[in-house]
Amino acid sequence: MSSPDIERQWTTRLRHRVTGHLPPEKVLPDTQPAYVASWIYVFGVTTMVALSMVILTGFVLAIRGPLWWHTSGVGHYVNSLHLWSVEVFFFAMVIHLWGKFFMAAWRGRRALTWVTGVVTFLTSIAAAFTGYVSQTNFDSQWISTQAKDGINATGAGSIFNVLNLGQMLMWHIVLLPLVAVILTAVHVVLVRVRGVVPPFEDAPPEKP
Amino acid sequence: MAGLALLAALFPLDHLGGYIHWGWVDISYANAIVVALMVIVFVAALLAPFPGHGRRKESR
Ligand code: HEM
Repeated sequence: MSSPDIERQWTTRLRHRVTGHLPPEKVLPDTQPAYVASWIYVFGVTTMVALSMVILTGFVLAIRGPLWWHTSGVGHYVNSLHLWSVEVFFFAMVIHLWGKFFMAAWRGRRALTWVTGVVTFLTSIAAAFTGYVSQTNFDSQWISTQAKDGINATGAGSIFNVLNLGQMLMWHIVLLPLVAVILTAVHVVLVRVRGVVPPFEDAPPEKP
Repeated sequence: MAGLALLAALFPLDHLGGYIHWGWVDISYANAIVVALMVIVFVAALLAPFPGHGRRKESR
């Protein structure tokens, strides 16, 4: 094949696009601007680590199932690790988003970073909710019977039935975690592509 | 066990938790405490010196 033909191949074009936007030194940088040396930048990574813990402990819960996490000491322990990782996850995520809000981190063509963050936040709330109704105890029965009226009032109840344990469990352990992890990956890649937003005084003037 | 009993006395979980009523704001003590902790950690993250900062001359 001649070289123009090779250049036209979709694999070649995709490779040029990816390496153009994301050369190795941007994927795994060795230095960051001086203003990144602040605790406020630690909370994105904290959120990511907490999310990893949530998923890891969720895998362990899935191996032995509800009977195990309700009745054994180790099961209770892993269940608690799962819950408390979620608490750390939301705690860190909210501080992360406050930080990004007050530095207006959507400046300089970074809107999509902010938006993927917002959607991840909403997805995480749905994931936490489906988790609460998937516990298979009195707490989950109480929450789902309370929530059904609210959700039915929106009309969503016709396809999203909070009293349907099978459906809620599958949203909780398949659909929503998948979406949250993919969105997080896109979010972090976008930060890598654009670089960390400069402080107001160093930023180039925005075009209106 | 004594430790557990002490914890149970400090944090009674077998009856309804208290709520703060402040105008149209209704919030449980548990949630209010978590929000307060987040604000404290947020302010601390802005003010606390970051270890190692200034040690290296950064070029950018
Ligand atoms: C699963 C949840 C999330 C994870 C794991 C996550 C992770 C991260 C990480 C690792 C960074 C780069 C380091 C840093 O600046 O902290 C970052 C940057 C950023 N995050 Fe998030 N984040 C999450 C949710 C959110 C939310 C809810 C928002 C806002 C609504 C948000 C907005 C941003 C923005 C705007 C940046 C870019 C900052 C810049 O360009 O300087 N993130 N995120």
